[in-house]
Amino acid sequence: MTILGRADYGRGGESQEDNLDSASSGRHGTYGRYLLGRCLGSLGSLAFMLLLSFFLFRVLPGDPARTLGRGRFTTPEQLDEFKRTYGLDQPLPQQFLTFLQNTLSGDLGISLRYRVPVSDLILDRMWPTILLVGTSTILAGAIGIWLGVRGAWERGSKFDKVSTGGSLTLYSMPEWWLGLLFIAVFAVGWGPIPGLFPTGGLHSIDAEPGTISGVLDTIWHLFLPVLTLTLAYLADYALIMRSSLLDELGEDYLTTARAKGLRDVQVRNRHAVRNALLPTTTVVALSLGFVVTGAITIETVFSIPGLGLLATEALTVPDYWVLQGTFLVASFAVILANLAANLVYGLLDPRVRT
Amino acid sequence: MTHLLELDDVSVTYVTAGGDVPAVRGVSLSVAAGEVVGVAGESGCGKSTVAATILRLQPPSARVTGRVLFEGEDVQTMKWGALRALRWAGASMVFQGALHSLNPVQRVGAQISEPIRLHEPDLSDKKVETRVGELLEQVGLPRQRARAYPHQLSGGQRQRVMIAMALACRPRLIVADEPTTALDVMVQAQVLHVLQGLVSDLDVGLLMISHDLSVLADLCDRIAVMYAGRVVEHGPADKVFADPLHPYAGALSASFPRIGDVAARYAPAGLPGDPPDPAELPSGCSFHPRCPKRFDDCDKVAPELRSDGTSRAAACLLVEPR
Repeated sequence: MTILGRADYGRGGESQEDNLDSASSGRHGTYGRYLLGRCLGSLGSLAFMLLLSFFLFRVLPGDPARTLGRGRFTTPEQLDEFKRTYGLDQPLPQQFLTFLQNTLSGDLGISLRYRVPVSDLILDRMWPTILLVGTSTILAGAIGIWLGVRGAWERGSKFDKVSTGGSLTLYSMPEWWLGLLFIAVFAVGWGPIPGLFPTGGLHSIDAEPGTISGVLDTIWHLFLPVLTLTLAYLADYALIMRSSLLDELGEDYLTTARAKGLRDVQVRNRHAVRNALLPTTTVVALSLGFVVTGAITIETVFSIPGLGLLATEALTVPDYWVLQGTFLVASFAVILANLAANLVYGLLDPRVRT
Repeated sequence: MTHLLELDDVSVTYVTAGGDVPAVRGVSLSVAAGEVVGVAGESGCGKSTVAATILRLQPPSARVTGRVLFEGEDVQTMKWGALRALRWAGASMVFQGALHSLNPVQRVGAQISEPIRLHEPDLSDKKVETRVGELLEQVGLPRQRARAYPHQLSGGQRQRVMIAMALACRPRLIVADEPTTALDVMVQAQVLHVLQGLVSDLDVGLLMISHDLSVLADLCDRIAVMYAGRVVEHGPADKVFADPLHPYAGALSASFPRIGDVAARYAPAGLPGDPPDPAELPSGCSFHPRCPKRFDDCDKVAPELRSDGTSRAAACLLVEPR
């Protein structure tokens, strides 16, 4: 049912149809005003997110210094010293102001474990994740949309049955399990199949970064994780695209397009797909927000030094400032993607601009 | 004289899982150049299905028999290439419900110019743009409206856009399927006026489909009244409206209050009952369960469309061939 429900993403524009006539004269919504409204909304979310991330950890029961220290401090002096270093002896509003000031200037604190600035750590670990999840999302989007379009247009055909069945299977399969399966078969080797790919990591020890062989080495390492994630994401896009195109098939403007003498493929691409893309675009853009943290399980399975792995590592220490930093970055990415989804949607659908 | 459009004993059956549903049963109709022919009837009587067969737009589940001749060629059996060339350039359509018949995310100018670019690919962008502007002015809209999206226009404006679009490739025939449904009376009158003006100016044939007999009576040369997939009465527009032969046409006509008739104004005559389910048609004359004038033979004999000896014809046992 979730799949069907998701097809409604971004359909909010339709409710405006009822008061069209009042909007028809003069009051033409401009894209600029729409843009401004959306940006302001995102700023609001951002402020709320900062507030939440500060208080989330502080409203938890227990003394933060004790929780963070995990019994490492033996004397009260040590505890006071710790509190002073991290500003925990200040009153809460003062702490919040300091937090705001630091965060906005890019200072996310020092990692308890690595003893380096959290911002450096995050920047360092962001690129493998973006490479992995970004590539997979784009591949999955392109292939999924193609599958969905063809499946819906030839609904009931053999192609449709196979692609929908396959999508549903992949949709219900845990991605880490698929990853482990690939490692077992293609990395370790199984029966007659030799171990073709590395079991994990981002590059070989002897690879030189920046050279062609280094790049090829990274592609070789990323092949299995990207394949796993692409297959895992694919189903989402294929099913959403299929159901939103099926929604469009009964629409009268397609009959108009056919009556004009357009070829079947022109009716499909110029009219049907163009409209069916609206909900799918929203879903793709939103999922891009999870590019930075989206693959915690896959990064763990394939030991890729990305943000997801950083966050899981930080949980075990617990490395409080790293956790807070990844939380901030992840929320920021989601807000940004949400804004992007809104802006793209505004470009694609003139109805939401008014 | 060869007709522009000639339907010869056309039947359309929808093949469904629950059995065959005959939507149109043996309809014959013709439209000549410069002529306005109306098709009247209740919802579900098959009039829109008839319209769809003219450009072979019926759904794939429909089985069409009989011949649909456009300028002598059978639309239902011609090659796809020929059919695509005929669509919009030979015969175009004004659909009911312009809000849904226009693509919501394209500017109306782009939608009007689409068939022009398709059928006349040699035309320059400048000329296409000029033509779109002219078309909009022809239907009484300012040419700047080409930049509007459908949702920015009112219902009447959208319907005008549909008409401008139908004229885009200078077709010989326009099929208007309930062009004024969902418009208020004033706008309806304006849109009809536009249509009427265009037909007389451009000498195109117009097949006008409506449930509103009074609209058709004003506009058309001839009217065919359909009931349960059949033509039950056919004749000159004023005669069918003022002095109908078939009891169903009579009921349709009587349901409009006439100016000066005070009694009818307060209680326009209705017709009790619903049109029959095409999957389970009554025996004999399909209209007999609702007919105020039925007699013994009506549920046994299905009357054929018979001429009364003049220009008129009706499918009723009460109509004597002269």
